[in-house]
Formats: sequence, structure tokens, C-alpha cells
Amino acid sequence: MRRIDNNDSVTDLYRIAIVGAGPAGLSAAGRAAQLDRAAGRQTPSYILLEGFEAPAKTIQRYQKRKHVMDEPGFLDLRSDVRFAAGARETILDAWSQDISRLGIHVRYGTEVAQVQGQKGAFVIRLSDGTTLRSEHVVLAIGLEGNPRKLGAPGEQLPGIQYQLDDPREYSGETILVVGAGDSAIENALALAEQNTVWIINRGKEFSRAKDANLNAIIAAINDKRRRVTCAYESRIVRIVANPSGPPLGVSLQTPAGEQAVNCHRVIARLGSEPPRKFVESVGIRFPNQRSDAIPELSQLYESNVPGIYIIGSLAGYPLIKQAMNQGHDVVEYIHGNPIKPADYGLLELQFKGLADERDPEEHLERFRSLTPMFRELNALAFRELIVESEISVAYADGPAYLEARRTMEAVRAALASRARPPRNTRVIREGDVIYEPGDFGTSFFTIVNGEVRLESAGTPRITTRLSRGEFFGELSLLSGRPRTERAIAGPGCVLVETPRRTMIKLMSSNEELRRGIDWIFVVRELQRHFAPYATPRELRGLAAKVGVRQFKAGDTLFREGETADSLFVLRSGNVALSRGQEPGSIVVAQIPAGQLIGEMALMGDPQRRETARATVASEALEVKRSEFLALTGREDASRESLQRGASRRAIDNARMAVRPEAGAVMNFLMNEGLGEATNVLVIDEALCVGCDNCEKACAETHGGVSRLDREAGATFARIHIPISCRHCEQPHCMKDCPPNAIRRSESGEVYIDDTCIGCGNCQTNCPYDVIRMEYAAPPKPGLLSWLLLGRGSGPGEEPDPRPAESAKAKGKKAMKCDACLGVKSGPACVTACPTGAAIRIGPERYVDLVEERRT
Amino acid sequence: MIHQSLLRYRGGRYLWWAVGLSLGSVALYATQGGLQRHNGGTWQGYTLGTVGALLIAWLALLGIRKRSYSSTLGTVQGWASAHVYLGTALLVVATLHCSAEFGWNVHTLAYVLMAAVIVSGFVGLYVYFSNPSVISENRSGGSRGALFAELFDLDARARELADRCDPDTGLAVKSSIERTVLGGGVLKQLFALDDSRLMLAEAAAGQGTRLVSNTDQQTAIDWVAKRLPRAEKRAEAELLQALVGVLCRRQMILRRLRRDIRLNGWLRAWLYIHVPLTIALLAALLVHIVVTFIYW
Repeated sequence: MRRIDNNDSVTDLYRIAIVGAGPAGLSAAGRAAQLDRAAGRQTPSYILLEGFEAPAKTIQRYQKRKHVMDEPGFLDLRSDVRFAAGARETILDAWSQDISRLGIHVRYGTEVAQVQGQKGAFVIRLSDGTTLRSEHVVLAIGLEGNPRKLGAPGEQLPGIQYQLDDPREYSGETILVVGAGDSAIENALALAEQNTVWIINRGKEFSRAKDANLNAIIAAINDKRRRVTCAYESRIVRIVANPSGPPLGVSLQTPAGEQAVNCHRVIARLGSEPPRKFVESVGIRFPNQRSDAIPELSQLYESNVPGIYIIGSLAGYPLIKQAMNQGHDVVEYIHGNPIKPADYGLLELQFKGLADERDPEEHLERFRSLTPMFRELNALAFRELIVESEISVAYADGPAYLEARRTMEAVRAALASRARPPRNTRVIREGDVIYEPGDFGTSFFTIVNGEVRLESAGTPRITTRLSRGEFFGELSLLSGRPRTERAIAGPGCVLVETPRRTMIKLMSSNEELRRGIDWIFVVRELQRHFAPYATPRELRGLAAKVGVRQFKAGDTLFREGETADSLFVLRSGNVALSRGQEPGSIVVAQIPAGQLIGEMALMGDPQRRETARATVASEALEVKRSEFLALTGREDASRESLQRGASRRAIDNARMAVRPEAGAVMNFLMNEGLGEATNVLVIDEALCVGCDNCEKACAETHGGVSRLDREAGATFARIHIPISCRHCEQPHCMKDCPPNAIRRSESGEVYIDDTCIGCGNCQTNCPYDVIRMEYAAPPKPGLLSWLLLGRGSGPGEEPDPRPAESAKAKGKKAMKCDACLGVKSGPACVTACPTGAAIRIGPERYVDLVEERRT
Repeated sequence: MIHQSLLRYRGGRYLWWAVGLSLGSVALYATQGGLQRHNGGTWQGYTLGTVGALLIAWLALLGIRKRSYSSTLGTVQGWASAHVYLGTALLVVATLHCSAEFGWNVHTLAYVLMAAVIVSGFVGLYVYFSNPSVISENRSGGSRGALFAELFDLDARARELADRCDPDTGLAVKSSIERTVLGGGVLKQLFALDDSRLMLAEAAAGQGTRLVSNTDQQTAIDWVAKRLPRAEKRAEAELLQALVGVLCRRQMILRRLRRDIRLNGWLRAWLYIHVPLTIALLAALLVHIVVTFIYW
């Protein structure tokens, strides 16, 4: 290793350059500072580079007093920089104190423009034109990226900004807001309260905005009393400083030619440049083109470019504590200290109940070597998979089982005092049922050892035996549908049960894993529908020929009248079948995931009798005639049940086609997104007396905050779909929940547990507006203290709108319907309805809902 | 059938309970013989009285069950269904108990209160069954909030148009908006009475203004329509045409709102009779029982 000393000519050579002063980068710098101090160094061996003027840009931008959580609770913090759950200000204060306490060597306001060279001699060029050299580079730049610039001369002038913290700061100004997205619209509307606002839109319309924002901005532009002007198809050509009057002179290129506007301020909301381009420019490879892809890393966080390390959310770890631990560890690794990672203790507990005692690292390696699919994962990803999974071990009923149970009970008792006990081995008996048909579960199982039996639900009951290295549960993982078979633990089985979120993340960063799971899905669907006795080996060739096709909501699978030679197996989503030409076409069926579509084309009637359209984002397997014949040509194929199903559907569709009013209702349900619902609240307006007992019951059973808005929502033919969670097959809200706080129970309810950090992602992602961010409501007083002392609110009354100080300190949390999970009497909104107007139904009963409308 | 009304709850299970209870009561009544009068004094009458009193207490408990949100004791709909049927049967039980002997006393008071409670319940049942679908149709898929939003929008458009009209029309239209009345007291809500007014300039210029009734917005519409044939310019005619259109739409929205208020008013109003009468009944019943035991 090169010696770095105080010689002036090499002062710009560092051992480590840390890029990005967020939690990960700060923690890394903190560790480097401590190591320097321990080594008695006078000058820093590292530098922390930050493009912004202060550390932790993302957290700086949080709203004032926002409560920042420290999930995951079971993981301990390992960092020289302090961090605990608390208000944004407290955390930022602690960090700036720690920066001076530790003497962290940081340079603000300098973006890294380029990194060249190789391990031991990287050359880093900064945006201010200077360069520095470093032996190692740690990228801790997060995912947010830098805001897109205006790209016009004069963009560096004061008064040109890329964010807006508090619109009330400005009044009486003329402000240009550039952009056509939601943030531009929201800023423009807020500023227009006390300023004259121009919104500069490059396009002809606001097509990227949410409906609510779109309507609001159009209304504001058309309203003569509001000072909002829109320049469509316009862009800023140049900005100059005015000697007098409003400080900025802006030239706009408009369809009518160049136009000059004087203003006080330009706020550009043009989105941000995702950091991927920069990361790739350094030479780091991503496994695929997907926007959520994560670069491949070694167990020591080293990327494919030796000497460049990646930590924090860019490495796929969105939580602050994880990022800080990695910052600490990566510096130790670079210094050559083989410390045990922070999750070592967690792994120990995960493997505790296994029959053979080994070091956790050994177990980890063994698990990976035993399963071909896991070998495709890199060490770091596999480690994360194990930490986040549930490990089950089956013993034969007997002393060994009892012994293992006792061990794990002791472990759990010792952990019970922790606020959030970490996961540990689950001990089960051979023959125990892992899941039943109809259970909702989106986790994915891998068999590391032993055997598992899968029993199909229908008749005849077909049993499949799976052994080491095989996996199951992929159907629910990919489609969000309930389990279709029974899984039973066999002799000596050791299972890794991975939650959906972890699995999806791994699949989007590992092509082989994705292909492997896709393949087994196709094989099992072909077995289920066509050839129940065929083995995966026999179906290997056929499965390779079956393509998975993706459809957006509104896309057409096929049209009425076409001649066809394929059928579809709907893998996820929902498809509506309709007859007749638009407008006036009649919806005759809605097909949920897991069913066949257009199979008649291969069974006697080559002409499509319906148009098939995806009502929500959907995926389907397309089976062509040759594959279909190969499958159904087998001796043991389920031809008869296929034909029965096809006849039944032909009758159902014809019956619906002669009742257009039923089709219209079905169409309404599909337009409301009920195609992806599993459990939806439907109110019959002919029975609803508007007493709001449903909302009151909801609030009373959920800590004072109703998760249901009865009056809001759409109505058609007296069917009202209020704003309330419909527990989607593949919940949009689950998509990016940093602490994985949104879960699905076995009985299907999607709920938010108490690890919610209040980030609001789920609220943004829910297309049905059913998630609210609220403070916890103050507790209800007892009946007597309400009655006699007038405290708080009484039974069924609106809760006190003023949250307690303690609730405010904890911050707003996401709240949504959990379909009264765990409430014995069932959903309170339904059991509290005096007139029978409110019911909760699943998609299988939409037909009944339509049927009722006939009379 | 997927949605079930409370009368059809579980195939009208409690209808049969009520029929059984009534037939049983009649049978019990018929077994009375001898010289004693067939009222609460016989053991049969005493039994009917006890059943009636317990029934009244249980019927009143619906108010508590409805607010016990975590109760597993049946559903509120089941309770409401039983409440309706058994409450009706109470009329039979109580009449047989008193053997239709009435007088100016506290016992008859209790009976009359009970009958009033039951009758008000019938009114409630009627509005519960007839109003919701009319409300739904009246709102045509939207909410009351949406109707108000449209009203405010129409107000603004009418004002804007009125500003460009001659001063008299401007005064008439703008004052008609300012003096539009929705809701009001209980009677005004329940019977959709409309006290809207507007201000008109006196025929002779400079003679001041007078306030006239504008029920159903008709006066305002007529005023503008009357101006229309006398418009001097094409632009003015267009303006007045547009204004008539907006005012007619506004009239329709106001009618819907008034209807909505009326129908929803009835859904709630009957409970303001039903519940206080129930409390009075419970008090009278207690007096009736105590008095009976003292003077037996």
C-alpha cells in the first residue's frame, strides 16, 4: 500500500473518497475519521464529497419536525455517527455535532463529475474543475439524483431554484414555474395564493399529472380571478439580470415567437436525473435495463470495478440504519479488517434451530451451495435473502423435535424483552401443513433439504413431491392469487420462506433468478390446466415455447371476429370480455387471474366471439395450437374438464350478452378497478339511509380514525363503491414500502403494521386513494367520564380532531382498511350496517351483484 | 340476491318469530275464563304483561347494540330486523294484556306512548324503504357536495354574465343569488319550503328597489326571459340567452338540493320522535308496573 504523508505534492491523494454525505456516507466518513485517530494520523486519509451545501440532502428536505423512524427495529446500529428515531431537527443536529466532534473531513458544494482510473489510483474530477486522487471510492449517492437543470444561458443567476420549501415565504412576486409534472403544478398553485405565477409547459397539455392536479391547474388557468398564466409549447431561451425592476429578465420561446417576461424568481421542477448514468459512466454494470435494477456487489460491497464500493439506497438498502451500518463496515473492509457484519447476530438466530451446529457463515455457504437457484445470487444478495426470510425446520415427532422446540422457545424468551425481536428458526413437525388452498400468502419457498408434498385442491387429488433445491409458492408470488394447493412438510425438510418484497427485488436485479421462477410458473400452470400428471421434465421443452405477455390496463389481447390459433392463461391482473363494436359493446365476462381466455379458438371455433381487454395491468401466457395439441394429446390430459369449462363459459357469456344492463354494471365495476380487488365494500344505495354507522364503526374499531369514506366514490345503477381498501391481488401500496410494513394476512387482508415510518409512498402508489396519512387519534374516554365529565367524544361521535402532543411527536402514519383483521364479528362496516346496504364481496360474487340488478 | 333488506334478513326469520309470538299470545288470551276480567289481573294477563315489558326493554336495547361496535352478538342488521317484527308483535301482546280496556290513567298513557313509538317506527320504516333510492336517483351518481360545487360554479358564471348586462338585470340576477335560501328550520327542510327572494328596480327610474319572492328561482328566470325579446343588439341577446341557460340549470340544481335535503331530513327526523317517545314510554312503563303492584 502507498504511504500517504503530509507532503504537499500528494495531499490530494486519499485512501478513500466517499461520494455523498447522506447517512451511509457520513457513517463511512465517521469510521474513517476514528480509524485515522486510532492510527495517530494528523491529516485525514479520506475525503467526504457532497454536492449539496449541507449533509443529508434528502432528510434536510423533509418537512419541519417530521418524525424519522429507525426501522428495522431488530437491527442494531453500528456507527460512530449517532442515530435514533426522532424529529428531523434532532437527527440533523446530532449529525452536524458529530461531524465536528469527529472532525470529519468534508467538502460541500462539489459534485463529482467523473471517476477514472483503477484501484489504488482513481482520479476524481469535480464540478468546480479540480481533481483529486484516491485509492478507493465509496459511492453513497442514494437514488434521488440531482435535479434537471434549465439548460439555458443564465441558469446560474440568483433567484433560479430547483425546489420550493415553503410557498408562503414569497408574496407579491412574479414567479415562473417551469415543468408540467405534479410538483410543478402543486408549486404553481400554492404560489398563486399570493403571487403572480407563470407555468411554463414544454408540451401542449399536462399529460403527466395526476387527475386532481390536472383539473386544478386547468381550473386555475381558466379562472380570471386567479393569477396563473400558462405558456404552452414554450421553453426558456435565456435569462438575464435586470438592472432595475424585477431582477430577472426571461426570454420565452413560444409558438407565437419570442416573448419577454420579467420576474423575481424561476422555479424549475423538471424532475431529477437518476444517478444510474453517472454510476455506469464509472464502469459499474447493472444486470438489466429495468429502472429498479441494482448493481451487482460482493459481500464486501465492492462492485464489478475493483476498488469502487457501493452502499446505501443505491445498493438496494433504503433504510437509514442499514445504510449507516454499511458505511461503517465498508471502511473497515477497505482497511483490511475482517469484522463480522452487523447482521451476523441475526443470521445466528436464523440458523439456531437447525439440527447441525455450525458457524452461521458456514450455514450460509452450505444453503447457497445446496440450491442451484441460490447459486445464481451473489453473496451479498443471498445474505439479505436469508436475513429477511423465515427458516423452518421439520423434525419427526419425538425427542429431537421437543428438544429443538425447547431451544427455540428459550431463544424467544430471551429476546422477548426487545421491542422488535429478530426472526429466528421456526421448528415444525413432519406432516405439518405449511399452507392450505385458499390461503393468501405471497411468500416464496425454497427447499434447502428434505422433502415437501404438494396436494392439488381439486379432484382427482394429485400429489407432487418436491425435494432439495426445488421451490414452490411462485404462483401466489407472481399473481397475488391465493394458494391453489396444500403444502405439507416432509421428512427432514428445511425451508426458506422469502417475503414477496425481497423476492421481487432480487428478481429485478438477477435475470437468471427471474427466468428460473418464470419457467417453473409456466410449467405448473400448464400442469394445472392441461396435463396434471406430466412431470416438469416432460414439460421443459413445451414451457420454453410458451411466451409470457404483458398488457397495460386497456390493452387488447384479441378482438372479436379474428381467426385465432392460441389461448391465454391469465397469470395476473384481470381481463374483460365484450361483444359488439364500441360504443355500445357489452361486457359479457370478467376473467380473474388463473383462468383460461379464448380457449374456444383451439376447441372447435377458430373465430373469436369476444374482444378481450385488460382492465388492469395484466400478464398472460399465450399457448399456441401446436403446444396445446402436444399437451392435450397426452393419455392423461384433462381434456374432459377443459371441454366442460369451455361449454360453461360459452353459456355464461351468451347469457350476459342478452342482458346489456348487467354488462353495463360489470363495465362500471371494471372501470372502478375492481378487476384486481379481492375484497371490496359495495353499498346498495337503495338501502343506504346515510346513517354513517359504517364509518363510525370503522373509527371505533380502529383507534378513532375511520379508514372509509362512505360518501366519496363512484355510483352507478345504485351500486356505490365507497373510498375504502379493496385489498388488491397485487397491492400497489406494497410496492415500495421501505420498512416492509404493508403485509397480507393468510386470509387475504392487506394491512399496515406498526413499523410504518410515515414516508407516504403507499399513499402515492395507491390508485384508489384509500390510504390516509394521519396522527393517532386521542384515546376515547370511558362512557362515564364522557357522560358525567364531558371528556372527549362519546360512542359513535366524531373523534376529537386535535391529536395529542405525543401523537404529533410520532408523526403521521399511513392508515388503511384492514378488513377488521382479527375482529371476531367480521368487518365492522358490514356488521354495523342496520339496513344491510353495506357488504364486502370478492370477485367471484360480482356475477351475483349483476344478477340482482335484473329484478 | 346479494344485498338483503332488513325485512328480508335471513328469509324474514323474525317475521315468523313475530307471527309465533302473536299467535301464542292470542292462544294464551283465549284460555282465560271465569268471572275475572280478561286483563293483567289473570295469570295469563300477567304473563302477557311480563313478556310485553321485557320486549320493550329489549327493543330499546337496539340503541346500545348499534353502538357496541365490537359486539359479536349478531349483526346490527339482524337486530334491526328483529326490532321491526317483534316491535310490531308488541302491539298484539300489549293489547291482549290490557284487553282493550282504556281510561284516563297512567296505564293507558303507557299504552298510548307505546303505540306512538310503534307508529313512528312504521313511519321510519317507510322512509327507510322509499327514500334511499329516490335520493340516489336525485343525485344521479354524485354526492351532495358535488351538487353544491356545481351550484357555486353556476353562481359564479351567472354573476359574471350579469355583470355584463344592463344594471336592472344585473341587480335582479345578483340579488337572486345572494337571497337564495336553502334549508332553514325543521319544517322548511322537511317540506322543502323556499323563501328565496330577489331585488327588482322599480319601473320608473330612480324610484328605488323592492324585494319580491323568488320561489323556485322562477321570478329571476322570468325577468331575464322578459328582457330577451327587447334586446337591442345581437351581443346582448346572446348574453341573455346564456344567462337564461345558466339560471335554468341553477334552478334544476337547487330543486335537486332541496329534494335531497327534504328526503334526507325525513330519514333522520322520525328518530327525533321515536327515541324521545321511547324514553317517555320506559318511564311510563315503570310507573305502570310500580303502581300496579302498590294498588293490587
